[in-house]
This record gives sequence, C-alpha cells and structure tokens, in this order.
Amino acid sequence: MKTIEELKAIRENMSDTLAMRNNAEGSIRVVVGMATCGISAGARPVLQTLAQEINKRHLKNVKLVQTGCIGICRLEPIVEVYIGNEKTTYVKMTPEKALRVVNDHLVNRQVVTEFTIGAAE
Amino acid sequence: MFRSHVLICGGTGCTSFKSMDIREEMEKKLKEYDLEQEVKVVTTGCFGLCERGPVMVIYPEGAFYSRVQVDDVDEIVSEHLLKGRVVERLLYHELRDEEGNARSLEDTRFYAKQHRLALRNCGVINPESIDEYIATDGYMALIKALTEMTPQEVIDEISKSGLRGRGGAGFPTGKKWQFAANSVGDQKYACCNADEGDPGAFMDRSIMEGDPHAIIEAMVIAGYAIGASQGYIYVRAEYPIAVERLKIAIGQAREYGLLGNNILGTKFCFDLDIRLGAGAFVCGEETALMVSIEGNRGEPRPRPPFPAVKGLFGKPTILNNVETYANVAQIILKGADWFRSLGTERCPGTKVFALGGKITNTGLVEVPMGTTLREIVEEIGGGVPNHKNFKAAQTGGPSGGCIPASLIDIPIEYETLIEIGSMMGSGGLIVMDEDTCMVDIAKFFMEFVVDESCGKCAPCRIGTKRILQLLEKITEGKATMDDLDLLEELCHHVQESSLCGLGQTAPNPVLSTLRHFRDEYIAHIVDKRCPAGVCKALLTFEINPHFCRGCTLCARNCPAEAISGKPKEPHVIDQSKCVQCGLCMQQCRFHAVVKR
Repeated sequence: MKTIEELKAIRENMSDTLAMRNNAEGSIRVVVGMATCGISAGARPVLQTLAQEINKRHLKNVKLVQTGCIGICRLEPIVEVYIGNEKTTYVKMTPEKALRVVNDHLVNRQVVTEFTIGAAE
Repeated sequence: MFRSHVLICGGTGCTSFKSMDIREEMEKKLKEYDLEQEVKVVTTGCFGLCERGPVMVIYPEGAFYSRVQVDDVDEIVSEHLLKGRVVERLLYHELRDEEGNARSLEDTRFYAKQHRLALRNCGVINPESIDEYIATDGYMALIKALTEMTPQEVIDEISKSGLRGRGGAGFPTGKKWQFAANSVGDQKYACCNADEGDPGAFMDRSIMEGDPHAIIEAMVIAGYAIGASQGYIYVRAEYPIAVERLKIAIGQAREYGLLGNNILGTKFCFDLDIRLGAGAFVCGEETALMVSIEGNRGEPRPRPPFPAVKGLFGKPTILNNVETYANVAQIILKGADWFRSLGTERCPGTKVFALGGKITNTGLVEVPMGTTLREIVEEIGGGVPNHKNFKAAQTGGPSGGCIPASLIDIPIEYETLIEIGSMMGSGGLIVMDEDTCMVDIAKFFMEFVVDESCGKCAPCRIGTKRILQLLEKITEGKATMDDLDLLEELCHHVQESSLCGLGQTAPNPVLSTLRHFRDEYIAHIVDKRCPAGVCKALLTFEINPHFCRGCTLCARNCPAEAISGKPKEPHVIDQSKCVQCGLCMQQCRFHAVVKR
C-alpha cells in the first residue's frame, strides 16, 4: 500500500531514469573518447564517475555519450562538453577531475580552465 | 547508476523473432565486458515498426537498430556500448538521410506523422515495472480523479473530450458511462473488451503488452465514475504475453493499493480480474462477451436492454475497448480541451492501425483522426513494395469494407468510412496491390465469418453460408449475372435481420467490393476471367514457345504430369491435366510460362 505522496516520490525518482529515453536533444552533451587509446589511458573510470555524478545530481538535461578516437591520443582520456554552440575540451582526465567538471561546469556553468586542452598545450 | 539504456522490443512480433534470446545474449556480453553496472537492459512493448524487427534502441544516443540477430550482439556491445561507435550496418536506414547525415527517429517517415497517445508508453517503458509507468505520470490521473473530482465530473470530462469507442462502432464513451452511472443497481461492473479478433489486427494486443497499467488505471477511473466495484478484462487466451503482463500489472497495482479496498486511502473500492476467452470471434460482441464472462457459451442476446442497464450478471455494466481505455487517463490528466485539439471536430483524438498486407512498413501506427489514407499508406507505410500499384485498403476486418485507390485521399474518420461502405472497425488496415482479387478477398472474409458465426440466429448461420457458396460459384466461373443480383439481395437480408453485430456487418466486405469493384465480379462471371490472376479455376498456364528452351525443369516439377516435350524443344501444357498450381511458372528460368 502506497500513499499519494509515496507515489509522487516514485515518479520524481524514476523520471530521472526515464529522461534518458527521450529523443529530444538535451541542452548539454558530454562526450567521452572511448576508443582503444581512451580506454587504455583510463577513460572507463572517468565515464563511470561522470555517469554516477550526473545521476546523483539529477541532471536531467545532460546527455552522456561516448565517441571514438578524437585524434589527439596522447592527451586521452578526453572529455568534451557541448553547451549550445560552445565546445569545451578537457584532456588527461581522471575520476577526480571528472567530479570537478560536473560540479563546476555542468552545474555551475564555470569552465574548469586548468583541465582544458588550452591549458595543457 | 546506468549511463545507457538498451531497450529491446518484447512485443509479440519481435519475440517471435527471438528478441528474448537477444536479450539473454546481451546480458551475457555485458557481463563479459564488465558493463553490467553501467548499462541497463529493458524489455519494452511494441515500437510499431514490426517489419524491421527484432528492434533494439540504445539511449542516450537513440540509436534504432533493426533486424538484430543474436550474432550481432557482440558487435553492439563492444563497439557501441563500450566505445561509443554506432553500428551503422544495423542502424534503421531511415536514420540517415541521402547524404548520410543523422536524422532523429521522430523525423523518419514512419514516425514523423504519427502521434502516439494510446501507444505513448509502448517501446518506452518496461511494461512489467509499475515504477516506470508511474514515472511517465502513471496513476496521476487516478489520484486526480479520486481526490479532486466527483464521479460526475469524471464523466463530464470524458463526454466533453468527445472520446468515442475505439472498438469500431465509435459510440461516445462519456454517454456510455453516463447511462451506466444513471442506472440503479447494488452492484455495477466496468469491463474491458480485449477480445481482439479481426484477422490482421493487433493494436489491443500491443497496448496490453506494452502498457498494461494504462488499462488498469483507466478501468479504476471508469469504476469510480459509474460506481462499480468490480471489473473484468476479457482477453483471449491466444495472447499469452498480454495475459502474463496484465497479471503482473494487476499484482503490482494491488500491492501499491491502486486496486482493492480503500484505494489511495479513499472510500473507493475496486478490484479487477482477468477472464480468458477461448478465441471465438463472436465473443468480441458485447452481449456475447458478457455471457461468456458469466461462464456460459458465448452467444449474443437481443438489445435492449443495453448492458448499461442490464449487463453482466444482470447488473449495469460498461464495456470499453482496450484502446478506448488507453486514452482515458491522459484525458483526465491533461483535460478534454487538450484531447479535442487532436484529430477532427467529429472524431477527436487518434486511432491506432495495424498496417498489414502489401505494404513496406508492416506494423503498428497511431495517427490523429482525419489523417488521409494516402498519408498512412504512402508516407508512414512506405508504399506498396515491389513497384506494384496500390489497389485498395481493407479496414475493419470481416465487418468492414475496402477503400479503393480512387478514394485514397479520404480523411479517416468513423463517418467518412461508413459513407463509402466501409467502417473503422478495431483498426486492422490491410493494404492490397494489383495482384489481389477482390472477389477472393470477399470470399476470404466470408469464410472467416461462416466459421465464426455462433449459429444462434438463422440469417447469420444460414445466410453467410449461402453468400459464401455464391462467392465460390463466382470464383469458379460457374455463376450467372442472376447470381450476382441474388448475392446482393442476400447480403441486404443478412445485414438487416441478424441478431448481433457479427451478422449485421458480415456482408460488408462483399457489398463494398461489389460497390467499388463490380467490374471484377462481372469479369469472373461473364468473361470467366480473374483480372488479378488469383482464382485458380479461371486461370490457364501456357508456355510461350519463343521463350522455352526445353530445359525440362517444368516438366520434371509438374505434380500433375501435365507438361510434355522433348529436351531442347518447346514444351506444352496439357490443359485437361493442369491443376493450375503455378509451380511451372515459379520454376521456369526463362519467363516462358504465362498466366492468363
């Protein structure tokens, strides 16, 4: 037996899960390079951390996708963030750095400059 | 936490193409690649594009894979799920435009003109999870109805929405509910007609398989509106997946207190049970259906009294079709005006059609009322395959009629279809090309009706049999023009004097083909010729001596030993021995066998 409040709570919790099955373009796209180069440089844990963090914070408008080789294998793991027409490329990512990107960039819209490709070059 | 969802169609079409084996393999491979914590595998209801089954959709990319085989799973997991590279060769071809650019699923020809209302959750949620249903606003309409609306307000909202029975007759649902609400009785029933029997129709089946909670929620709302405390879903036993998912859904709803006593803590009590039908077509007729629920032989009884006054066990009862119920919760939640904004003035809302026959995209489509047949056949359906011409579409199964090519621009509504001698029916839409003989089609449906007539009233029991005999006579080339008049007269008699809807509508396929394709009947009778080349008794197979190389293949394969000739010389068919099986024509590599 569930109360009306409990049913509404289920709806809130579950709707995050189902938001992924929406074909409409999310406003933020997070792309992780998951080619052989990316995986061997440690992209898997980065991807997993991003997924957990995005879910934990109920970020409904964020789509997390993987992609193939981006081309600059020496800077992998690479994470690209697309907001509108703006693209930010983060390089040499780690799970710890990924947490900061979610917190600063995805939530607070502050680019984490020190992780970007510009800073690395 | 999952970063990706793999949706595998668990509808009947894809399941029979072994989609559950694909699921099993998928889970195995995910474990192998250590992705099981990241990727969620979900079995869903029908996506509609059964032609391309088994179907798999992977989110967040929204990649729609069609005709997936068990052997493809490894590639999907290692390429797409691990490395994020979409497996192009399995991707539904419409997802790429001519230049190879990505196109979203909503923009493909199959989905672009569709508006999925009754099917909104099919192919989106796991039908065996009540939580996923709740996540898509499930049971919110029930909360609204029970806590904010009086039963009369619920009925008024449904009446205002203009929702009409999707089972085929198009009776206003609100009116039906009002009648039952006004009837006095210590016990009332809200029932669901899920005895979908038209050959080629599978929309109710798909809704039950893909979104069973939508039916349950709507039935509880209906029970509240009319004052019923018990409901029955009458579903045919031939739908094992639908029955199974309904059972699971009812169990979950009971557990959550959405069925049973004091629903959501209110005073309202309502429970549901499933009754299995043995598959008789007549049990889809409302009075026969109720007799069958009572445990008796399914035979109709005269109306009035109507079920709303004296129905199941002699108590006031409403009986609505599955698809009708599938619209109810959304009308309550979003309001009658929202519903009226879809479809046409006379027929608001949408209609689900089961597209079948000679059509590229066989499957399930849902379009706003008033969509033209051309849009359904040519755009959504992808047209007639093999460069053949569209000849007619049959709607309403054995109770309906055909729409000829000349009327392809007709907007589909209850009234317009009746005006041209067809009817909406439950929504089977069978497309026919130039190779279809209209007399043969009429005969096919009449054979079905003869089998399914319950035998209670004479016009249907005897009349349909006689109609069939006349049709057989025509297709064998033994009929005269007098027989045609007799056929027409008989059809009108059966129509006017049968007891229930089955008999009253049984002559429709004959009458509508007579109306639109009379010349074909006459060709059979006068010229002893079947223009489409279907009716065997009227066919002759001949060998064109100019093309025949004397390879002897036809002679060796002829079951009647009707073909003779020396090797390397033209062969001849002995017409007195020929059984018109057409095997020689199939076998011939030189197109030397011709059919007349």
